Amino acid sequence: MTTAATHSERLSVLDRPNSYIGKTVPRPNIERLVQGRGLYVSDMVLPRMVQVVYLRSPHAHARIIEIDTVAAKQVPGVIAVVTGKELSAVITPWVGVLSHMKGLKSAPQHAIAIDHVCWQGEAVAAIVATSRAVAEDAAELVAVEYEELEAVTDMRTALDPGTPVIHASLGDNLAFERHLDAGAVDQAFAGSDEVVEADFVFGRHTGVTLEPRAVVADWSAAEARLTIYQGTQAPHMVQNIAALHLGLQDSQVRVVCKDVGGSFGIKVHVYADEMATYALSKLLRRPVKYVADRVESFNTDIHARDHLCRGRIGVKRDGTITAFEIDDLTGIGPYSMYPRTSAIEANQVVNLVGGPYVAKNYRARTRVVFQNKNVMCQYRGVGHPVACSVTEGLVDLAAAKIGMDPVEIRRRNLVPDDAYPCASPSGLKFELLSHHAALNRLMAMMDYDGLRAEQAALRKKNIHRGIGIASFIEITNPSAAFYGVGGARISSQDGVAVRMDATGAAICQTSITEQGQGSESLTAQIVGSVLGVPMERVRVILGDTDNTPYGGGTWASRGAGIGGEAALQAAKALRSNILDVAAAILQSTPAELDIVNNAIVNAGDGSTRIELSELARIVYFRPDTLPPGIQPELMATRHFVPRDYPFAFTNGIQASWLEVDTDTGFVKLLKHWVVEDCGTIINPQLVDEQIRGGVVQGLGAALFEKCIYDERGQLTNANMADYLVPMSGEMPDIDIGHVVSPTAETELGAKGAGEAGTAGAAAAVANAVNDALRPFGATITEIPLTPQTILTALRRI
Amino acid sequence: MKASAFSYARATSVANALDLLAAHGDSAKVLSGGQSLMPAMNLRLINPELLVDIGDLAELRGIVLRGDVLRIGALTRHVDLLQSPEIAAHAPLLTEAIGHVAHPAIRNRGTIGGSLAHADPASELPACMLALKATIIVRGQPGERRIAAGDFFTGIYETALSPQELLVAVEVPVARKDSTHFFHEFARRHGDYAIVGAAAQAVVRDGVFADLRIAFFAVGDRPLLAKVAARLVDVAITPVILAEASAALGEELDPQEDQQASAAMRRHLAGVLLVRGVSALLGRPDLSGAPA
Amino acid sequence: MTMEAPIVLVPISLQVNGEPVEAQVLPRLNLADFLREHLSLTGTHVGCEHGVCGACTVRVNGDIVRSCLMLAVQTHRASVETIEGLSDSGEIADLQASFRQRNALQCGYCTPGMLMTAQDLLKQHPEAGREQIREHLSGNYCRCTGYQAIVDAVEATARTRMERPS
Repeated sequence: MTTAATHSERLSVLDRPNSYIGKTVPRPNIERLVQGRGLYVSDMVLPRMVQVVYLRSPHAHARIIEIDTVAAKQVPGVIAVVTGKELSAVITPWVGVLSHMKGLKSAPQHAIAIDHVCWQGEAVAAIVATSRAVAEDAAELVAVEYEELEAVTDMRTALDPGTPVIHASLGDNLAFERHLDAGAVDQAFAGSDEVVEADFVFGRHTGVTLEPRAVVADWSAAEARLTIYQGTQAPHMVQNIAALHLGLQDSQVRVVCKDVGGSFGIKVHVYADEMATYALSKLLRRPVKYVADRVESFNTDIHARDHLCRGRIGVKRDGTITAFEIDDLTGIGPYSMYPRTSAIEANQVVNLVGGPYVAKNYRARTRVVFQNKNVMCQYRGVGHPVACSVTEGLVDLAAAKIGMDPVEIRRRNLVPDDAYPCASPSGLKFELLSHHAALNRLMAMMDYDGLRAEQAALRKKNIHRGIGIASFIEITNPSAAFYGVGGARISSQDGVAVRMDATGAAICQTSITEQGQGSESLTAQIVGSVLGVPMERVRVILGDTDNTPYGGGTWASRGAGIGGEAALQAAKALRSNILDVAAAILQSTPAELDIVNNAIVNAGDGSTRIELSELARIVYFRPDTLPPGIQPELMATRHFVPRDYPFAFTNGIQASWLEVDTDTGFVKLLKHWVVEDCGTIINPQLVDEQIRGGVVQGLGAALFEKCIYDERGQLTNANMADYLVPMSGEMPDIDIGHVVSPTAETELGAKGAGEAGTAGAAAAVANAVNDALRPFGATITEIPLTPQTILTALRRI
Repeated sequence: MKASAFSYARATSVANALDLLAAHGDSAKVLSGGQSLMPAMNLRLINPELLVDIGDLAELRGIVLRGDVLRIGALTRHVDLLQSPEIAAHAPLLTEAIGHVAHPAIRNRGTIGGSLAHADPASELPACMLALKATIIVRGQPGERRIAAGDFFTGIYETALSPQELLVAVEVPVARKDSTHFFHEFARRHGDYAIVGAAAQAVVRDGVFADLRIAFFAVGDRPLLAKVAARLVDVAITPVILAEASAALGEELDPQEDQQASAAMRRHLAGVLLVRGVSALLGRPDLSGAPA
Repeated sequence: MTMEAPIVLVPISLQVNGEPVEAQVLPRLNLADFLREHLSLTGTHVGCEHGVCGACTVRVNGDIVRSCLMLAVQTHRASVETIEGLSDSGEIADLQASFRQRNALQCGYCTPGMLMTAQDLLKQHPEAGREQIREHLSGNYCRCTGYQAIVDAVEATARTRMERPS
């Protein structure tokens, strides 16, 4: 491990005796999960709870003429059948736009479609019954008369004059457009020795959380209060949105988030069917449960990545990259998703292309169009995999064109490690990155030269292996620049409250959430380290808007960097309060005391002065024995939001080693490496596992995953047998290394690590496949890299 | 995703099952291992009114060696085939093929009878039956019928079995001592349905095929016993002969196009499988392009 | 002409985690829903309901099966074991400890099915290596870990069990 910077003040807080920072310790919440005793929303049962099933449009685009619910209502066990029109009495529609995405437009979306359905899978009626099976029976009896309309499916023709406009009120199918022109691009291309161009094609993916989206909404008519149990990444956002559209105050809505069966950005949005479920609970005055089944998940969980991107790169003979240019197009479905909008991914692509490199000349255009397919929005990595694949694909093409090794061209163009702070052509501000240290570490880990020799030897035996490299940058710790400045009530700050109970144990409430990343663990590690109590004595409460400070939650790789810093500051404040009380009791001064292993000790020699449990006993039960004027405050709350930089950028590099069977087009992944720099590492194991999981999602994108729509807008592989997710049999082992460049914006120094794996994995694989195919003169810039695609490129079929 | 309502009868004997099937006709479905039936029912792709559960019928279980024939009861599960010493000794092609069928939890429930009656053109066992020259034994109220595997599979999910009949067993001739076999399939992920697969049984003498039966699956509406195999028997195989056979195989096939592969790709992959299969059966890596 | 068969509750009698259970169930009720909704054994998770994801894996008469692809009526006179049973009996305590130590789970939704399948492998092939582990687990979907930590945890358990004198 290379430490790029050290910080003496930082060491004083984190490098204490028995510190958990930088240590692998098991997550405190893991035991209930290994025993199958977690509590997921899909497990929940409340008194008088009923189940809702949504009847969904079979057409991609249609007008609803009539809905006949009479027969369905007569099925025994059916409580209600509710149409969009009926539900609109309880809930208002929404428009998914943000003011800082200039020009972004969208149409009002209803919880249940009223007269116009815009994708196959949009809900047209709710059937509420005593069981899911009965509701499904009744759904078959709801008769909906549709007038089918021409579906807009191909993003390439969505803006053509002859293509129907999905929302007449918007005038056209263009949701958002952005242009960027930095430096002198035309001049740079003109001065290049070679200019290489390629069309990059990305499949539509989705998150496939193993637990489908699930919500239990419980309206208490007596308290005029709605409790929403939902596996969401952003409880306060859900609280605000639900209140806003149900005509309630935020204080009338409580969002509780128990165990969550996977999120990855899929569960950071507010879906129409979830809104409908809240509204139904209010309408029916009883708890209503909605659990999407797997087919509904494929048809309604947000999709992502469906981009066509033409890229150009200019290069000189000596390997200097002169310019990047992209023209990006993406189709986002019929609505911009609420409340985060569907322009973010395209915007990120524009921001991120070329990001790791020094070239200052960059031109970009992106267009975001509406189409009659399921909505697209933010999914793990948001824009990064697209930007990274385009950038790294172009860099490899440029290297091949001038006959330079892919590592060498990167060495000559990556931003030097001593160039910080600096900014990218698109205006991204970088505090401190470590591209070259990461590259050097990667070379050593993978034995690059050894692999090249092996590759050459095997080629003579007609075995075709490839090495692919991909550098990347990752946006983490987002400030208000992400959503707040655009008018969204999505908090970029997080809060943590820590208190000491009457036995000297700590209880910590945090506004970040847990979906398995380890939020609970990192919070306990930080609080335990600062307070001087073992982790077993730190209880962490999260995922409840009634019982945690206000905050953003866990998304965009922000939990550790932002929520962790708030925990650190809160624990420091509590520690200071504890030492004040201890000094009063012990007739000492706080400076002479420390807390180690559940006890107040002499800072000088470490000898125990008083156990924390004894201190707590005095504070809570015998305050009469404290000196006059002492009012102990054994609870402290702190909030944190980054202010110096809009985002704490991280960087890293990945490599893939694989074999292509050139007779069959099948790819075997042999090994994968990642070196990344997320600043201070709180728990190495948790960081590595975030990266591995993220890599495998990227490998799925590279080789397997794609939502396949036909020309009529029908999703033809909406099941787990046909949408191919990565399984254990095909996945390689993944080695991970680190460079550590802490952010100076926080005392903790941590940046995010949740999306680094996903950012670069597909790019590394695509480059490796092309490396393997180089003797055949075949180049593929489309993912997933299916056997069909590879055999076609090899002209074998 | 819940199955439509249906009624349920636990058959007490084969005769009882046949009575139920006769009484309820097309509206009834036989429940064996349920590993193909249940997904289709959960997705409401099929909605039978009655399930006749034959799971308790011990008479349909078991693997028995009778002379030079292995009789495999319809309820014999994939895992039973995988673990059977009789199968390993006398029909090792099946042992090898089972490893490609789905995953352990599926193989613990899925049965040979269910798999054959379901007749998914992309599944492994129907092709094995062709390669092994098996006989499918079905029983109806009028009595028993013995159907050659080659006549049993009639289309996608279609067989010679009538709705009133029960598949009760298959008979597989014991593999000759000097025989050898080959099984391989190309699937996107381990346990997935194959894009193309092949099951072969052969007799090789002095480096020449004395007999070769090679059945392809996922290349048409039913498993197909390649006619081109005849060209490879009793001749010294050269790369040229094999390439010609591979090209001729493409003519025989009428593969479907789906999300995994075009028809052209299936033809190509079947050709690759033929080359690799012949190469493996003859123990000649040179035939499949490997350096000598 | 076909006869119409009435849809009636079917009595079943079985053992679940060693305890006798008597129930009346509709034929269409699958085993996963029976365990979760009738017996409140929610450790058996439902991920796809068409037999692909492996989250609902349980043991029936000692064999792992997909409980979404089996009807409750088919478990008449059978012995069913779920993650709760395996946890309480201590049968997989070492495997669970290994999962914990190696952080072989994140959201935990696949974990009960993954543990069931891993234990099945370790019972049949105590000597299993990484490739065999990957193959045996290849029908159990995990979106969080990328599988390596799970393979590590199973491999570590296999090694420890092999070293332990029986």
